Amino acid sequence: MAIRISDLAVGAELPARTFDIERASMIRYAGASGDFNPIHWSQEQATSVGLPNVIAHGMLTMATVGRVVTDWLGDPGAVLEYGVRFTRPVVVAHGAVTTLTVTGKVRSLDEQAGTAVIDLSASVDDQTVLSQARMTVRLAR
Amino acid sequence: MALDQSFVGRVYPATAPYEVGREKIREFAEAIGDDNPVYRDRVAAQALGYPDVIAPPTFPIVLSLGAAGAATRDPALGLDYDRVVHGEQRFSYNRPITAGDVLQVTVSIESIRAAAGNDILTTRSEVRTADGELVVTAFSTLVARGTAVQ
Repeated sequence: MAIRISDLAVGAELPARTFDIERASMIRYAGASGDFNPIHWSQEQATSVGLPNVIAHGMLTMATVGRVVTDWLGDPGAVLEYGVRFTRPVVVAHGAVTTLTVTGKVRSLDEQAGTAVIDLSASVDDQTVLSQARMTVRLAR
Repeated sequence: MALDQSFVGRVYPATAPYEVGREKIREFAEAIGDDNPVYRDRVAAQALGYPDVIAPPTFPIVLSLGAAGAATRDPALGLDYDRVVHGEQRFSYNRPITAGDVLQVTVSIESIRAAAGNDILTTRSEVRTADGELVVTAFSTLVARGTAVQ
């Protein structure tokens, strides 16, 4: 069932979601994306560059956060623009699960163009990890 | 030392053609934990009007990350890659990447800044089909921590 622009209002909230990230998630993402930077799998390497522990790929966080919109919308091909700023690393300790909480809210609607801009917010332990996370999508009229 | 501003606008040669495979899309979708059928099932993708399965919105990084290495690892530019963290990422889509696309990436240096002792480099990666159709543009901002300090 497609979401129509007429069903939405500025400020409307998308269903909030949580996502679990663990070391295995990053190993799998490294393989699939080709980003083998050791700060995403080697604790020694991560701490040697001043990080508290291994951190998730920013792009894994970005991909996960975007699902709040694409799962709600159904059609990920309707995304016109997607951008984030990485403000805090998502630390994933060995044997632990890091939970990312994501919320989304309609920032603006353009009825003429048939598009909506969604503001996204992502946090771990109540600390935001992204800023200016924003997705523009095309909607059914 | 701060990066040389004269590199802004530099365009690197297009990458070799990359053919987008259905199984690569599936692998990537699984790695991000996304079970949307439009990434796996051709019939589901066709029901939404696509000729074949489409790739997740962040899939272009698979092409652009390596391609941007032409700039980020350009010895003449001299970015200290060991000190680099990903600062920002943005994608602007003309259409979703679709299985069967044969794509090439042209990377250019969009901007160079220094702030709080960090070098900040933004690359622009235009992802086009062999026919020249622009599919998506990716902007990546990398921050080299502490490298702009003398």
